[in-house]
Amino acid sequence: MSPDGRGSAWTTDRLAVGVFAIVFVVALPIANIAGLVSDYYLNLFGKYLALAILALGMDLLWGYAGILSLGQAIFFGIGAYAIRMFMMLEGGGKGVYGEPVPDFMIWNQVYQLPWFWKPFRYLPVAVAGAVLLPALLAVLIGLLTFRRKLRGTYFAILTQAIAFAVWLTINRNEMKLGGTNGLTDFKSVLGFSLSGPATQRALYVVTAAVLMIAFALSRRLVRSKTGLVLQAIRDNERRLEFLGYNTASFKIFVFGVAGGLAGLAGLLYAPQVGIITPSQVGVLPSLEIVIWVAFGGRGTLWGALLGAISINWLRSVLTGTYPKLWPIILGGLFVTVVLLFPDGLMGAAARLRRIAAEWRQRASGVVAAVEERPV
Amino acid sequence: MSAAETLLYVEGLTVSFDGFRALDSLNVILDRTERIRILIGPNGAGKTTLFDVLTGSVTPIAGRVLFQDTINMLGQSEHAIANLGVIRKFQTPSVFPGHTVFENMVLAGGQKRFGATLRTRGRSVDRDRIHGVLAQVGLLDLTGAPAGTLSHGQKQWLEIAMLLVEDPMLLLLDEPVAGMTRPERDRTAALLESIVDRTTCSIVLIEHDMQFVRQIARRGHKVTVMHEGSVLSEGPLDRVQSDPRVLEAYLGRSRVPADT
Repeated sequence: MSPDGRGSAWTTDRLAVGVFAIVFVVALPIANIAGLVSDYYLNLFGKYLALAILALGMDLLWGYAGILSLGQAIFFGIGAYAIRMFMMLEGGGKGVYGEPVPDFMIWNQVYQLPWFWKPFRYLPVAVAGAVLLPALLAVLIGLLTFRRKLRGTYFAILTQAIAFAVWLTINRNEMKLGGTNGLTDFKSVLGFSLSGPATQRALYVVTAAVLMIAFALSRRLVRSKTGLVLQAIRDNERRLEFLGYNTASFKIFVFGVAGGLAGLAGLLYAPQVGIITPSQVGVLPSLEIVIWVAFGGRGTLWGALLGAISINWLRSVLTGTYPKLWPIILGGLFVTVVLLFPDGLMGAAARLRRIAAEWRQRASGVVAAVEERPV
Repeated sequence: MSAAETLLYVEGLTVSFDGFRALDSLNVILDRTERIRILIGPNGAGKTTLFDVLTGSVTPIAGRVLFQDTINMLGQSEHAIANLGVIRKFQTPSVFPGHTVFENMVLAGGQKRFGATLRTRGRSVDRDRIHGVLAQVGLLDLTGAPAGTLSHGQKQWLEIAMLLVEDPMLLLLDEPVAGMTRPERDRTAALLESIVDRTTCSIVLIEHDMQFVRQIARRGHKVTVMHEGSVLSEGPLDRVQSDPRVLEAYLGRSRVPADT
């Protein structure tokens, strides 16, 4: 939608997208090849950018449509587990025991590959499943809740309960998903050694490129009439129903998109880390996603990117030096943002721009007054 | 559609809230040719409850509501009723404050189905139509302003414009001039007259402001007086004003209702 008089702001926005893409998709990997950026840092940013995709979905869902889900990590987890299952089976037969199942199953006396593991022997199935399964699960939850007009806090509590239930379930060894230890010990993806810098660099570039595509599509979505409707659902859903909108279908859609993006994030994140455990799937990580988006600024898309990248970077820095303080810092950050900067980093930046513009105006006014004075 | 004799047919409508009869065998018939019907009555008479039933947010325990002779309006969802062309304006302005005036109009009109909105982008919006309606309500200069920054009267007019852009068959207006200044009320009266002159839509209007009611009723529109959930009196304003039952209900004694 291009209502009257917003053209210049959009050109600036497009420019920002271009700069972001050049820095993260092109410049950073080249700097890595040139030896200016260490492999460690490139891998770190690869993880941040994957998490930014997760935050992007959360922003569409919560920032735009005002639907607070406290269970987004479930969808992230499905994506991550799907690709990890593929990677485990890729190493099948190469394990310590030489059996055709992952090692952890041997410890649980499982010698036959469970049926639900079998499709994940194929990369296309694993990749499609990582995105489609979470999206479908989200649509299913959406059908069961939004059509019954379950909304607001009740929906948030329900998603939190689901996250807790999923966490409890996959913690069990009987689920054959590695229990509390998760899926660990990976050496290769598609035959390329995971510890090789070239593999990590390729994963990084794919992640950055996918993030930019997801960002562009999200921007397109929020500027369509659907985007206007989503924001109107946030502001006054009842009013929208009286206008003749079946708001449930819009909410189911955006919840599905957020679920799919979370799965996509998990798909890209998992190969860049050594281990995926249930602790990345439950209630706490779901809450953290909310904090990223709130910190960056809701309903801006950019805020989700900034929030996910900056908080996770901060975490890497601070957990290295003050590991015990990190939860307190994260909580403190959230309280500060809610109380002082309800619109997050993006809102604070906008406020600074306004103040700067006023200053400039006042300064030029002073200059004009000085010049007008007769000599 | 044009063959219908009644636009709205309400018969024996009864609504009970925990035993309290908000509507009690209410009968109201709006002819196809009738353009404005004014509903007046003391607080608690059931005027707003009637609107709640018509828009599907309250379910009655008895009665029939037919739209255009045959369409049963009871049991339909709110958005289905809106898509029939029966559109309600609430007492307090409920425009979307974060959206611009233009975006509010885009939301109000055009395609409402999910798939269609996904394809609707800047260029596929019917700008001329939106600008035409905004000109009718006098907001053409403010298309880019966030609706939250408008004055109370401007918000009410925007809301009426949002109803008009949907090409409604029946507009339900609940106290449209509440909280407005006198000049704003005069302008709203002129706006309602222009709606009657320039569109085919009919209006049911709930109003307490007797001066405004008189301004509207001057053109021969009927007035329905409701009391305790049913119709007390119906007809031209001067006739219902001198109806002894109306005086009794309003004042408890026989005197002409005072102006507010």
